Amino acid sequence: MTDESIVGRGTREGSRLFRGWFDELTAAADRGDRAAYVFVMGSLNEVLRCFDMHVTFPEINSLQLAVRRVAHEYLCEAEDQGYSPDICGYVKADVATQLRCGKHPMGRIPKPSIAVLTNACNTYVKWAEIWERMHGIPVFTIDVPGHRQLGVHTKPGQGQFESDRRYVETQIRELITLCEQISGKKFDIDRLRENMAHANTMSRCWKRILELNSNTPSVFNALTDGTIYLGVANGLRGTPEGAQYFEQLVEEMEYKAANNIGTTVDEQHRLSFVGVPCYPIFRRFNELFTDWGGTFVSSTYLWFASGGTNCGYEYDLTDPIASLSEGFLLSVRDAMDSMFDQTSMVRDSIERFDIDGVVYHPIKSCRTVSTGLADSRRSLMEQTGVSSLFIESDMMDRRVVSEAQLKNRVDAFFEGLISRKQQHAAAGGH
Amino acid sequence: MTITKPVFDCWVDQPLPELLRLCRLAIEEGDFSMVERWREAGGRTLGHFQVYFPTEIAHAAGMLPVKMCGAPVEPNNADSRFGSYLCSILKTSLELSLSGQVTLDMFVSHPICDAARNLAAIWGRNHEYPCQILYLPQNANSRGSAPYLTGEYNRLRAEAGQISGIEATDERLRASIELYNTSRALVRELYAIKRDTPWKITAEDAYSLVAIGGRIPVEEHIALLQAALPAIRERQTKAEDRIRVVFEGAFCEQPPLDLIRMVGRSCYIVDDDFLIGLRWLLEDVPNDGDPAAALAEAYLERSSYSPVQHDNRKPKEKMLIKRLRAAKAEAVVLTAAKMCEPGLEEQVAYVHALDSEKVPYFLSEFEENMSNFGSLELQVETFVENLLFS
Repeated sequence: MTDESIVGRGTREGSRLFRGWFDELTAAADRGDRAAYVFVMGSLNEVLRCFDMHVTFPEINSLQLAVRRVAHEYLCEAEDQGYSPDICGYVKADVATQLRCGKHPMGRIPKPSIAVLTNACNTYVKWAEIWERMHGIPVFTIDVPGHRQLGVHTKPGQGQFESDRRYVETQIRELITLCEQISGKKFDIDRLRENMAHANTMSRCWKRILELNSNTPSVFNALTDGTIYLGVANGLRGTPEGAQYFEQLVEEMEYKAANNIGTTVDEQHRLSFVGVPCYPIFRRFNELFTDWGGTFVSSTYLWFASGGTNCGYEYDLTDPIASLSEGFLLSVRDAMDSMFDQTSMVRDSIERFDIDGVVYHPIKSCRTVSTGLADSRRSLMEQTGVSSLFIESDMMDRRVVSEAQLKNRVDAFFEGLISRKQQHAAAGGH
Repeated sequence: MTITKPVFDCWVDQPLPELLRLCRLAIEEGDFSMVERWREAGGRTLGHFQVYFPTEIAHAAGMLPVKMCGAPVEPNNADSRFGSYLCSILKTSLELSLSGQVTLDMFVSHPICDAARNLAAIWGRNHEYPCQILYLPQNANSRGSAPYLTGEYNRLRAEAGQISGIEATDERLRASIELYNTSRALVRELYAIKRDTPWKITAEDAYSLVAIGGRIPVEEHIALLQAALPAIRERQTKAEDRIRVVFEGAFCEQPPLDLIRMVGRSCYIVDDDFLIGLRWLLEDVPNDGDPAAALAEAYLERSSYSPVQHDNRKPKEKMLIKRLRAAKAEAVVLTAAKMCEPGLEEQVAYVHALDSEKVPYFLSEFEENMSNFGSLELQVETFVENLLFS
């Protein structure tokens, strides 16, 4: 094995698989096939693939529009239809995509046959209602009760957890019945087991990959590389291709860690990212940090946008539906915690990942992720005294992204960080 | 401890105009002194955020349920706890607590929207007392929803009982349900007056009579309404030539009283979704079985609608048309609070439905702290004149 054959393989292969997945969707749309519309926090791919349903993630479709710098065209089109400038940009970009009969820079999105969503984000529900009205499709919300109180977590075997798990299981069984009706195919529990086994591999590997970034230098950029991995984690969940990809990604990251191969940046400052990336200037946004030798070694985005796969939960295949319910509850709940109650999770990662600073990036579009960040930052600083930066922009709408202002804030943050390190060193710190 | 001393009795033996003025004043000025009087008498308080909360549970545990739905206050302390691009009600509700205007012993919020679901964590980081989320079912159509919600209600009553020291037994909960059934029936009667004879009570007075119920014990609210309603019915005010409208879009953040007053100057608001959570249950809750199960069943099966509950049986735009027809309204004042994601998203569906039904509507946004209504009033008057003279 050589550096050339393995280093960067995950990025190259991830892009290829991602493109292939979109090509399949385009071919399906061209044939007039429909797809299940699902979301990153609780897609239940494991179940939907039992019925040979294509799955598409409108969040991913929308963010691709921003990365490809055409989101503004779609946003304006939706606003012309009456959608407010103050609502989620993903929703508006998708509305315009639907109005364009699925036409998208990466191909064509099939029309929906069903929308499957969780309550991890309330906008999922409002979004699905738009499709319900537009396409007359059934909408199935899997209600996943989250933790009830800050720091109070229930576990399998405890009364309240089991009550929640039963509620989730009832809903999953109802979803299976609905999928049978829509697809005309009978549910095959052995097929579910196969899909769950692939998901197990992916979960185990994803957890390992995130842990490997505690290496110095970090083995991947959690903001940019991580987003590519996320695309595969969501789109190909429960598939053999997805499982194999993540096994190979672990191999690559372990190789890099063993050989002290980092990213392309000369790592000076190790950063944790909290929030959603700034997709309208994705590359430039990252450069604002890497130009100072800052690398993102950890990101809450890789936790919640993988639907909590970072927990590494592995299903018990001998009792698939009960185990699916438990794993789904734990994972989606963890994703919710990553958004609403991430202070302790970030605090715990500071030492493990040797983090110098935490970057909070709330965005206008997403109140789910952004509402609590100012208070969370205040709390984290009280607890740890870690350096932090709070910058606001958007994940879709370039009208609320001011690159010059962001740069000013980022530059000042690094100047402070460097000064702080110098003072620490002068005081005899390590 | 059972609190018997009244916390809001200034209206007793007062003529109707004075009674209404006192309620209006309390709401307009964001007066929560009644909650403090309850605590001074030794009572415990449970603050609950919008939209719906089963107040019976707090009452059965001997606590005063306090509706935290914002207030006309500057969020000087709360502002730094939030980022930009958020609705006002989150900040002013937290401000009420951080500034000491309202003292709570427990806080419960609901994941009604992306912003509000963050509130329990924010509140919890800033207060020592328990701050919880009550996950009301987001899948109202599952056969698992009612048993799940019953379990949640039982959990909540146990925890409220631990805080108050009063166990919310089945017997106590049934008694609370009975009282709230009475209170809700009186509020329905008030809305019947608004609908049938809207000239007998102004929109802002009707609003205040309901809203005060979110701050005082239900027993006192019942007494207040029992005194006010007959007097309102006996009023000899004359009907005027105004158009009948439904006001929609105030399910969470509340419009300032001046805005309601302004709309009421040129329209009769014959139905609305003001404080819809206090009127969420449309019928009496059955009181002869498991009381927690009865409350859960009522939430799912005998309830109103709002943009923050998805129920396959209740498409919101159809529910709005139903509300409009039932109230014999001619038009809709269709609003949303600024930065309110569910409200703004629902507006699009409402507009399409109203367009297809050829129902005129006035489209607007509001904020609880807005204070200038001049240009808005001109627009409303123009809208009304168009309807009257078309």
